[in-house]
Amino acid sequence: MTETALPDALAEIRDEFLELEEPDRLQLLLEFSRELPEMPAVYAESPEACERVAECQSPVFIVLEVSDGDVVTMHASAPPEAPTTRGFASILVQGLSGLTADEVLAVPDDYPQTIGLTRAVSPLRIAGMTGMLLRAKRQVREKRPA
Amino acid sequence: MAVETDTTSEKFAAYAHPERLVSADWLQERLGAPGLVVVESDEDVLLYETGHIPGAVKIDWHTELNDPVVRDYVDGEGFAKLLSRKGIARDDTVVIYGDKNNWWAAYALWVFSLFGHEDVRLLDGGRDRWIAEGRPITTDLPQREVTEYPVVERDDRELRAYREDVLAHLGNPLIDVRSPEEYSGERTTAPAYPEEGALRAGHIPSAKSVPWARAVAEDGTFKPREELDAIYRGEAGLADGDSVVAYCRIGERSSHTWFVLKHLLGFEDVRNYDGSWTEWGSAVRVPIVTGTEPGEVPGR
Repeated sequence: MTETALPDALAEIRDEFLELEEPDRLQLLLEFSRELPEMPAVYAESPEACERVAECQSPVFIVLEVSDGDVVTMHASAPPEAPTTRGFASILVQGLSGLTADEVLAVPDDYPQTIGLTRAVSPLRIAGMTGMLLRAKRQVREKRPA
Repeated sequence: MAVETDTTSEKFAAYAHPERLVSADWLQERLGAPGLVVVESDEDVLLYETGHIPGAVKIDWHTELNDPVVRDYVDGEGFAKLLSRKGIARDDTVVIYGDKNNWWAAYALWVFSLFGHEDVRLLDGGRDRWIAEGRPITTDLPQREVTEYPVVERDDRELRAYREDVLAHLGNPLIDVRSPEEYSGERTTAPAYPEEGALRAGHIPSAKSVPWARAVAEDGTFKPREELDAIYRGEAGLADGDSVVAYCRIGERSSHTWFVLKHLLGFEDVRNYDGSWTEWGSAVRVPIVTGTEPGEVPGR
């Protein structure tokens, strides 16, 4: 069995969740949702620059930057009445920002299913996070310097 | 023990079953009353934890009302266990509220109805309006005594439609409550976009498109009777005595419309097809129509 090495931040987040009992995992997700930083003003004022994550029921927007040095920064916004979605976005913002484009593209597509939330949150809801990750990776592919 | 109905609203009085709704004032005055249990049911599984109506218990439809293995609801035993754990008695008055204009609250109410829980009502306006009006909210978890809710087998016959029921129903009114884009069958297929939950797009032949949120006013409460009549009897052409089936993608939005047709407009025979588009749009050889017109029922 081979396993792609998961970037440290994402591996730590996964382990944090897996160490907890299921009801406590929801509390941890709630903490992540509170940590989601505001979208930078430049994006907040021009929503057309952001991508809507259609897999999520709530209006969620993500935007990824790839610097000249190939380093990725992710921003996301989701309304306060969608804490689960905010939590998912916050995990990805913390886990992907600072990685190189290659590292982001190597993150397994099924990462959302590995953090122990599928049953506590439901598979349907986890699909929203998968949609966010796949869209993030696609943006990185499109935006990295040629 | 049941609690008296809310008779304070002229708007409610015009509905076929006004006893199925309560206003926020009515509820706030009765919080903590014996025989009354407030239930929050949301799309977002964490929303309750960010603050809820004091004393309200949380019921999550994904993780608590669904069977964890089969695509079905819990059985009589599972429902009895769940409600006992939540501290709800069979004769309690249950008032359900939730996010998204009570979309999931209506879904929970419909499932309660499958088990014949008699007195189950919605809070008009739901969670958002309660909060917008600055009413009390808490993160304290309620301490309710465990009850002994009886095991009552679920009865799907009257309120629930299966795929084969819908096939047999063709020729009678169907209401598609999804968005116009889902109804017409447009879809995005850009690369790296995850696939939709169904293999084909479109709608069930002859179904009229009435997006669920049309039943809701701007402030999140249900529209008054005459406006609802104009939409469902006028535009969608429903008439007294009709047998109606409502559907959406997985049966949640359509339970909101089911509530409107059954309890607010008084149609006797309304069923929710919870298999909805995720089943119909993937089933082999069922008829499908694309485009904005309802289309014809194929000859049989």
